[in-house]
Amino acid sequence: MLTLTINGETRQVDVEDDTPLLWVIRDTLKLPGTKFGCGVSACGACTVHIDGEPVRSCSFDVKDAVGSDITTIEGLSKNGLTPVQQAWISEQVPQCGYCQSGMIMAVSALLKENPSPTDQDIDDTITNVCRCGSYPRIRKAIHAAAKQQAEA
Amino acid sequence: MANLISRRNFLIAGALVGGGIAVGYGLADDKPTNASFAATTDQGEFALNAYVKISKQGDVSIAIPHSEMGQGIYTALAMLVAEELEVDLALVRVEAAPVDPVYANVVALMDTLPFSDGHHRGEATIGAWGMQKLGGLLGVQATGGSTSVRNSWSPMQQAGATAREMLIRAAADMWGVPASDCRAKEGRIVFKGDNKSASYGELVERASRQALPTERPLKPASERKLIGQSQERLDIPAKVNGTAGFGVDVELPDMAYAAVKLCPVFGGTVASVDEKAVRVMPGVIKTVRFDTGVAVIADSFWRAKKAVEALPVTFNEGEHADLSSDGIFELFSDALQSGDPRGYTEEGDIEAELNNASTVLSARYKAPFLAHACMEPMNCTALVGDNDVEIWVPNQSPTLAAWFAEKTADVPAENVKVHTTYLGGGFGRRVEVDYVVMAVTIAKALRGRPVKLIWTRENDIQHDMYRPAALADFKASLSEDGQINGWHNRLAGPSVTRSFTERLLPWAGADMPDNTAVEGAADIPYKLPHKLIEQVPVPTPVPVGYWRSVGHSFTGFFTEGFMDELAVAANKDPVDFRLAHLKEHADFTSVLTRLKKLSGWEEELPAGTGRGVALHESFGSIVGQVAEVTVNADKELSVDKVYCVIDCGEVVNPDTVMAQMESGIIFGLTAALYGEITLEEGRVTQSNFPDYEMIKLFSCPEIVVELAPSGRPMGGVGEPGTPPIAAAVVNAIYDAIQVRVRELPLSNGDFSV
Repeated sequence: MLTLTINGETRQVDVEDDTPLLWVIRDTLKLPGTKFGCGVSACGACTVHIDGEPVRSCSFDVKDAVGSDITTIEGLSKNGLTPVQQAWISEQVPQCGYCQSGMIMAVSALLKENPSPTDQDIDDTITNVCRCGSYPRIRKAIHAAAKQQAEA
Repeated sequence: MANLISRRNFLIAGALVGGGIAVGYGLADDKPTNASFAATTDQGEFALNAYVKISKQGDVSIAIPHSEMGQGIYTALAMLVAEELEVDLALVRVEAAPVDPVYANVVALMDTLPFSDGHHRGEATIGAWGMQKLGGLLGVQATGGSTSVRNSWSPMQQAGATAREMLIRAAADMWGVPASDCRAKEGRIVFKGDNKSASYGELVERASRQALPTERPLKPASERKLIGQSQERLDIPAKVNGTAGFGVDVELPDMAYAAVKLCPVFGGTVASVDEKAVRVMPGVIKTVRFDTGVAVIADSFWRAKKAVEALPVTFNEGEHADLSSDGIFELFSDALQSGDPRGYTEEGDIEAELNNASTVLSARYKAPFLAHACMEPMNCTALVGDNDVEIWVPNQSPTLAAWFAEKTADVPAENVKVHTTYLGGGFGRRVEVDYVVMAVTIAKALRGRPVKLIWTRENDIQHDMYRPAALADFKASLSEDGQINGWHNRLAGPSVTRSFTERLLPWAGADMPDNTAVEGAADIPYKLPHKLIEQVPVPTPVPVGYWRSVGHSFTGFFTEGFMDELAVAANKDPVDFRLAHLKEHADFTSVLTRLKKLSGWEEELPAGTGRGVALHESFGSIVGQVAEVTVNADKELSVDKVYCVIDCGEVVNPDTVMAQMESGIIFGLTAALYGEITLEEGRVTQSNFPDYEMIKLFSCPEIVVELAPSGRPMGGVGEPGTPPIAAAVVNAIYDAIQVRVRELPLSNGDFSV
């Protein structure tokens, strides 16, 4: 039995130590917002925060998350929407939407680390895959969210 | 002009539905057209027709007969209803329509008509009428072919108008006043000259007892408040907080999970399985063997996946164990040389023209197999009971899913239930039902418990129904003044229609002329006095399917690449060269002229950069694109900017059209830069995103889109953005470094991004 802290709650899980965190989040803890896309850390659909850092949870053993704070898309905001989520709506970013939980988690971590990223910073940091090609809107939304955060 | 066109569409639809209620193309049975939707009502809720439910609290729910896979269809179709029903779009609920022939996609079938049928020019032809009849009879619900708005434009508007008229009559009855003195406004019926008004919730029960109106005037275009104005998408709020429900998110009581290992060679089967080897692994419930593979059912997906990976399985690889993509291209090449071509378009005397012309150019173009790679891997959850089956599945055709679930579970048709979730991408992949058959087959071994089958990304890339590979030979002659006199284009490759029908509808016939093999090549708009466009069908063991823009995805590259070669040979500007061959087509000319202006075509570009143009009509819409690239002698390439002009006729939600252009361009550019599925020893070489690469933020160009409706009949938008981009990019590369690319992907030509 492992003890996890996820979205501020303490949960006990009975899984093998090397189970990828992604599947514990989805199948054991029943938090389906975090998505499975590739299983090899290539697409970023499974991005969550571990102690505030973006992590691709499909390739992260659950045992290594013990003792850390795990945050998923469901726990990103305590009340209402974050500036990133608001920008995702105002720029009408999502199409199929499948990659967007991971995308929003990756961008939220970036903006915490670097409140006003340049286009180059964005290119270097956000390497998640969106098959629908919402990239031009993602870029606009990142800048919009950065601006809104700066004004808040 | 736009009004005339919508009226014509209205008439066609009207002719089909006859005197009955507008909404639906129902079969000749006694069932009311709203029976399936009425069966989904809650207490105090009424289905006024097959598309509109209203509760006594005034909540409006709209049935959407097409799948939401990112293209914004839930919003566009809700807009059409809300416009006529006079309700706030932000307050309506949308839901996937139930499976019922009333929701059949008839336009998708009409689009399979041969090119000679005037339907493609917007005419209400006999061929179109016949196909529409057939579509209604087959009753297949489907999302594809960029048809959703075209198919449902009229029924959705009529559904809104019909419901509105029923509410008006209910109010008029209640108040004892003439219906003509009542009107709908912001979710209420208002009586003229008095302060009387009643909400839809108050009126709906009475309205549900009204006879179906025979007169249901549609709003004049000048009074529209929603159609043509960008509206925020209804599905987006759930897609930014993780609550949107995709197929993989289905959660049912007592649910088990399945993972599979599939024969890596097409057509191969399972020879032996050592089930004992995994029986003691944690969580394992059962091993299920089927023709093409083996599944392990476990109490979590991860445990199922680990067990199936550990499971010793041997396969009979069958007759295709030596298959390679190089070998397939050799077959195509032989077919171009000596095969028996099927003619699609012929004018003048091409043989004489090419024999006698002084300037003749020839070229061979090549396009590879491609995978769809939807972000959400294929999945389906199935619950098989004693005499029934229920499935939850992201799909592009709930009708096909239901048919094959019925057959696989061997239960009566009326005991099949399909739930359509959000789709994490579709692109044509989810019109197939292989994963439905697999899920039901597996769930049959665990009757009474729902089983969620999820494919890994490796399953998904290696067991797709691929975009066909193709080869094309061109020969063209130029006159002394630089006009094309002769155009001979012979293509070779497998037929998508044949592959699809052999898999799914073998009764429908297979070896027939197939528009998808030559669409975009046989119907190019340029004036070509002598032309012959033909194709040699070469079946391959590789299953091929509908991939965003289908045949256009390669013919757009072939024809517009070769057009550019001719412009260069004629020493003409590529835009002017095209315009000179489009004098009969005001609409193509208009798109290209606007594109020239939008892209600043005549402005100088810095050294090391180039720009290229391509123009292509598909799914009823004309799209022109200009790509700007930076590229050096070492073939280090970046696609910097893409300008795009689309004429898709009347537009419902403009921002969605913009988004679909951006999406289609990036989809096509991904293929042009990296996309390739190869085979060795009968196996697909690629397996996951690291070796089937995708564009990311760093490699994505800036995109500028302009909508340019000219009054043409309404066209599609989901696919038409894809076909031109590869040609625009290779033409831009030529402009920059005078290297001609005739084969995709660019990474094979040593270009690096």
